[in-house]
Amino acid sequence: MSSPHRGQRVAVVALAFALAAPIAAAHADPLVHYDVVDKAIPQSLTGVPGDPANGRKLVIDRARGNCLACHEMPIPEQDFQGTIGPDLKGVADRLTEGQLRLRVVDAKAITPDSVMPAFYRTDGLYRVADKLAGKPIFSAQEVEDVVAYLETLK
Amino acid sequence: MKYVIAGAMVAAGLLAHGAVRAADAQTGGDGLGKYIVGDKRSGYVFAEPDTRAMQDDDFQNPGMVWVEAGKQLWSTPDGAAGKSCQTCHGDAATSMKGVATHYPKFNPRVGKVIDLEQRIDMCRAKALQAKPYPWESHELLAMTTFIKNQSRGMPMNVAVDGPAAPFFEKGKESFYRRRGQLDLSCASCHETLEGRHLRADVLSQGQTNGFPTYRLGWQTLGSLQKRIKGCDKQMRADPHAFGSDEYVNLELYLAWRGNGLPVETPAVRK
Ligand code: HEC
Ligand code: HEC
Ligand code: HEC
Repeated sequence: MSSPHRGQRVAVVALAFALAAPIAAAHADPLVHYDVVDKAIPQSLTGVPGDPANGRKLVIDRARGNCLACHEMPIPEQDFQGTIGPDLKGVADRLTEGQLRLRVVDAKAITPDSVMPAFYRTDGLYRVADKLAGKPIFSAQEVEDVVAYLETLK
Repeated sequence: MKYVIAGAMVAAGLLAHGAVRAADAQTGGDGLGKYIVGDKRSGYVFAEPDTRAMQDDDFQNPGMVWVEAGKQLWSTPDGAAGKSCQTCHGDAATSMKGVATHYPKFNPRVGKVIDLEQRIDMCRAKALQAKPYPWESHELLAMTTFIKNQSRGMPMNVAVDGPAAPFFEKGKESFYRRRGQLDLSCASCHETLEGRHLRADVLSQGQTNGFPTYRLGWQTLGSLQKRIKGCDKQMRADPHAFGSDEYVNLELYLAWRGNGLPVETPAVRK
């Protein structure tokens, strides 16, 4: 199953939900459709340029990105950075913007058994905490902000 | 009230002896041999030397307050039958020695695997005709810690064959099941990533031989199920209820992973 289909299926489910329960759907944030080309998402999810300063905040925030739990990043004021994934210093020299975007959106589309969470995905999950159920970790614009921040790591 | 005072004394002792003990731990060899059995490693191995030293010395170990409290409860009559645990079981140092190494254990009366907490509450209800202690109450933690402490140093040895087998299989499935918004399983952190740094924590194997455990992060002693709930929350997953079959089956699987490791209760962890 390819990710474009996944995107479509999520949209269809969200639509069905909207018809069945208009009040709940007012709060739901259906995922935008995206195309995966050669293990990358070349197009921006929103068309609005990402804000690298907000991206930097999101990667630090323990309740949101919490990337430092697993990665070292050139953020010297944060102690105790994780050693589970690779050091992200210079990652933008290694990977294109589109590759970084798919990595953040759905790491398992690249490495199926990855421990890195999918930050923009809501399907195929089990026992998500009630208050987070049905919500991706990042909004589409936040994905763009984080990608914009990663782009500065050259 | 008595326990509060005892706790304060423990804390005071800790200030006085802390520096000395840390030095001992450094000069006394690593002393880790008994905490490593084959490829099984107790959380003790991953702990800081100061934390290990605190566990090793009963006068510093804050969990000993619960052992003392449990000892009191053991011989105090309670409930409509006017009995105490001691009435039937006598001296716990003899009757309870080794018992906790077999828990969780299949119980024919209820037809499923139960943990030590549930076994205690079963005797309270049936034998004492007393109200069961609520989960995570001071009394249940004290009694569980006291009974498991009677097996300190003995190897964990739970049975997973015979009638326990289907419960073991369910626990195993739960251990490997990805869950929560982060889509991780227990195995992701405690098997695949053992020894790696998750922020300030070094990931251990998630062994259970030291529970109930005094956690410095909690500033109190807690049950294994409390710890599992905390890990579920880290995965942004919906935790199960205390005493649920899901958690008890998982406890059985976790205990089996550590069969052979010595009981450390009350262990001290970060
Ligand atoms: C639970 C641990 C974990 C978390 C949290 C995590 N990652 Fe990862 N990440 C990994 C692992 C492990 C890899 C290595 C590839 C793999 O196994 O998928 C990786 C790979 C990457 C890569 C590719 C690096 C390369 O050199 O190829 C990027 C980029 C990345 N992560 C970014 C992020 C960002 C940004 C966040 C936070 C929004 C994040 N990661 C959160 C574990 C994690
Ligand atoms: C009226 C007598 C009686 C009293 C009082 C009593 N028990 Fe029991 N207890 C039993 C019997 C009988 C068994 C079952 C023995 C067996 O399975 O071999 C048992 C079993 C146990 C076991 C499991 C032993 C094993 O090897 O699996 C534990 C633990 C236990 N009791 C704890 C307690 C505690 C704690 C109290 C006090 C709250 C208590 N009991 C009070 C009679 C009693
Ligand atoms: C995101 C990583 C992560 C996941 C997934 C995770 N844990 Fe943990 N767990 C930790 C951390 C961090 C600690 C504290 C340091 C250590 O002992 O690893 C811990 C500690 C423990 C301990 C205490 C070990 C000791 O020696 O006191 C147990 C038991 C445990 N976890 C069980 C589980 C179970 C069961 C699951 C699955 C329901 C699970 N964990 C999932 C991160 C995780």
